[in-house]
Amino acid sequence: MMDIFQYEFMRNALLAILLASIACGIVGVYVVVKRIVFISGGIAHASFGGIGLGYFLGINPIWGLIPFSITSALVMGLISKRTKIPEDTAIGILWALGVSLGIIFIGLSPGYAPDLFSYLFGNILTVTSADLMVMLVLDLVIIKVVFLFYKEFLALSFDDEFATVVGIPTEKLYLLLLCLIALTVVVLMRVVGIILVIALLTIPAAISKQFTANLKKMMFISVLLSAIFGIMGLVLSYQFNLASGATIVMVSGIGFMLSWLYKYKYKKCKIQVNR
Amino acid sequence: MNLDNKNQKNKNQETIIEVINLKNVWVDYDDIVVLEDINLSIYQHEFLGIIGPNGGGKTTLLKVVLGLVQPSKGEVNILGVKPEEGRGYVGYVPQHCLFDRGFPISVWEVVLTGRLGKGKYYKAYNKVDKQKAQDVLDLVGMSEFKGKQIGKLSEGQQKRVFIARALVTDPKILLLDEPLASIDTPLQTEFYEILDKLKEKMAIILVTHDLSAVSVYVDKIACLNRRLFYHNSKEISVKDLEETYRCPVDLIAHGIPHRVLKKH
Repeated sequence: MMDIFQYEFMRNALLAILLASIACGIVGVYVVVKRIVFISGGIAHASFGGIGLGYFLGINPIWGLIPFSITSALVMGLISKRTKIPEDTAIGILWALGVSLGIIFIGLSPGYAPDLFSYLFGNILTVTSADLMVMLVLDLVIIKVVFLFYKEFLALSFDDEFATVVGIPTEKLYLLLLCLIALTVVVLMRVVGIILVIALLTIPAAISKQFTANLKKMMFISVLLSAIFGIMGLVLSYQFNLASGATIVMVSGIGFMLSWLYKYKYKKCKIQVNR
Repeated sequence: MNLDNKNQKNKNQETIIEVINLKNVWVDYDDIVVLEDINLSIYQHEFLGIIGPNGGGKTTLLKVVLGLVQPSKGEVNILGVKPEEGRGYVGYVPQHCLFDRGFPISVWEVVLTGRLGKGKYYKAYNKVDKQKAQDVLDLVGMSEFKGKQIGKLSEGQQKRVFIARALVTDPKILLLDEPLASIDTPLQTEFYEILDKLKEKMAIILVTHDLSAVSVYVDKIACLNRRLFYHNSKEISVKDLEETYRCPVDLIAHGIPHRVLKKH
């Protein structure tokens, strides 16, 4: 099995999975505990507008994606915090607007967009060294920010109102957290594509939440699980010639079901023992 | 009467400090008036119980004091500054309990979050933070649970942790929103005894919809149902109560007509 890694594109794919695991393992924990799955899905989808913008301007779509995903994160955050529009309504609207904008941009761009599919659903076998560099830098930014604001992010996620009362600038930190999600979308785009990003932002963290009550441990377990699912998905997709992003998500989904079944059975046993 | 007190304060340094002052405060949510012309002064070491029906604006009043809700008219002063700037002086125990019992946070971490927000970013909790957290956990009798996940505790125990979290900042004012809702009756006495000790160090406001919950320990009682009925005393007339609850009220007092909770 290891001989598949003799090819450079497979080694790049493996590195991409490891780098993606760091981002989604750490940020995914906040997405799950703060219950901001829907806004994360919204940011991921709306950022499709950035890919369209990249095509339209004739640059590497990733340079359209980064500013666009951060902007959509900030706009969603500000609208949900500062206006009386219900948060989920605002997210739903911006989600669709971003995607529409992307489609219009691509329609206006000259020629055909050949690798559009790989941005939507990921194509890990085409990851270049330049992509890996971008992913590494974004990972370092995410780690640094989480390291600096770990306590504040924990307080904010646990009890937003109390955090405000003790004097934490909660709105700014919330927007910062949404920006981290936007960056994670960029990191994950090559691996699973922006449509499937939400799976890797939620599944590993949701599994690890069942097994630990400590946020840091949860992050480590999530990173580890993301890497395991990613590698398993990569190998399976190579062996059976399946779409890599979708296979990784399927493996993660099965992993979630197994962990849930295990936990469920374990709990049942415990109740019986207690009786 | 407010004016009198203020004048006295100016004349005499020993006069007790006014910690909260609300002047003609109105709050409305989308044209619905929630609080109407509220005037309230609270002094150091006072323990005020505010009673009123659900939806009467009790939580909103506390949020005005915390600067979480902006009044549409009127002035709010917390130790002479605006509520947003006065937050460092205020400890808050919210009404709601956990909505996610699986949240990965320990009792110890919850209490320490009370020490945040003083511009101490990028730094770990220091010795003082940890010592204060230990002290307040001892005070509420929850030290033995400090390593536990908060969601694994009973609601009454969680409430005690939230009280510890509010106290860890050494507040001058403590705001408690329905603190007894999930505390068993035997524990309530214990709870009031803790508050009685705290009164030495701070002013306390406790709001509740449950008339019977307000105990002999409070110094003063106010009734709130959009308007505040407060006579700067522990006595409330039946008329006030009926205005507050908008229906005839069967009292409540133990033997003494037209007085609430004077003697037990």
